[in-house]
Amino acid sequence: MEQSILFLAGSILMGLGALGAAVGIGILGAKFIEGAARQPELIPMLRTQMFIVMGLVDAVPMIAVGISMYILFAVAG
Amino acid sequence: MASGELTSGAYIKHHLQNLTYGKFPDGHWGFANDALEAKEMGFMAFHVDTLFFSFVLGALFLFLFAMAAKRASIEAPRGFQNFLESIIDFIDENVRGSFSGKNPMVAPLALTTFIWIVLMNTMDLVPVDWLPSLAGAMGIHFLKVVPTTDPNATFGMSIGIFLLILYYSVKEKGLGGFVGELTLHPFGKWMLPFNLFLEGVNLLAKPVSLALRLFGNMYAGEMIFILIALLPFWIQWSLSLPWAIFHILIVLLQAFIFMTLVIVYMDMAHQKEH
Repeated sequence: MEQSILFLAGSILMGLGALGAAVGIGILGAKFIEGAARQPELIPMLRTQMFIVMGLVDAVPMIAVGISMYILFAVAG
Repeated sequence: MASGELTSGAYIKHHLQNLTYGKFPDGHWGFANDALEAKEMGFMAFHVDTLFFSFVLGALFLFLFAMAAKRASIEAPRGFQNFLESIIDFIDENVRGSFSGKNPMVAPLALTTFIWIVLMNTMDLVPVDWLPSLAGAMGIHFLKVVPTTDPNATFGMSIGIFLLILYYSVKEKGLGGFVGELTLHPFGKWMLPFNLFLEGVNLLAKPVSLALRLFGNMYAGEMIFILIALLPFWIQWSLSLPWAIFHILIVLLQAFIFMTLVIVYMDMAHQKEH
């Protein structure tokens, strides 16, 4: 019983983290393409900024994946 | 896998256990033999593997750069010199872009954090069982190879950065200016406790988020490499190769973000307008 709760916790952790970051990175990419289409000469600058923000956004789900993997395989498994 | 009778949970936990040297509850000092003993040591414990690898990589960084600087030539720059010059140019450009104050220390600080973190993160790309089993053959039972998967290392760096932020804030703005920035900023002087709370959280969140972001990314990456290492030997390359290639991006990106945020925080510490 406790083990099945742990499995559920791990998968919810992974899924919700991925959900938020997917929406965030989707909006980020859309805005980047919009900006690039409007002012193509700014693409190098925009790309750097986009990667910085992507790294910031990407950190949260990666951490969630790591912790949920730990729960799924080391604590529950 | 190290041996047949290990369960996957024990294998993962074994890989995530640092080599700990510390004070036992009965008072003598020594190496912990398992995770429970390491936990009982509490605060008085050193993660010898983290310290060892971070010092070795820091020394490697200094040695490589010193060697290139000694051999540098203007007439005929060779490959390695060009490579290091391109790194230095890249960092210089970043510092010029986002740092507006006057401080000759920020660019070397950014270079050090960037190269050091890249080197420490790159240890993640060494296959997870090589160095631990080598150490096991020499009689060392626990070894965690990547220093940045240990929160002690990342918090050490970010607390160092935090002290620098405090030092330069006080130096540039004066103690009064810094306290004023913390207490009077968003809502004027009649809301002083609220301002102090907001700005205090803002200030304390800097080192915590800096450290946890780097630690979390590297920990998650290492975790997935360890899980891949649980597969049968002949199939591992099919997962670990794509993940390693993707991980190169994370390794460089996280080092770059750490460096950028250090520059931005130092810039905020040098701004005097409030």
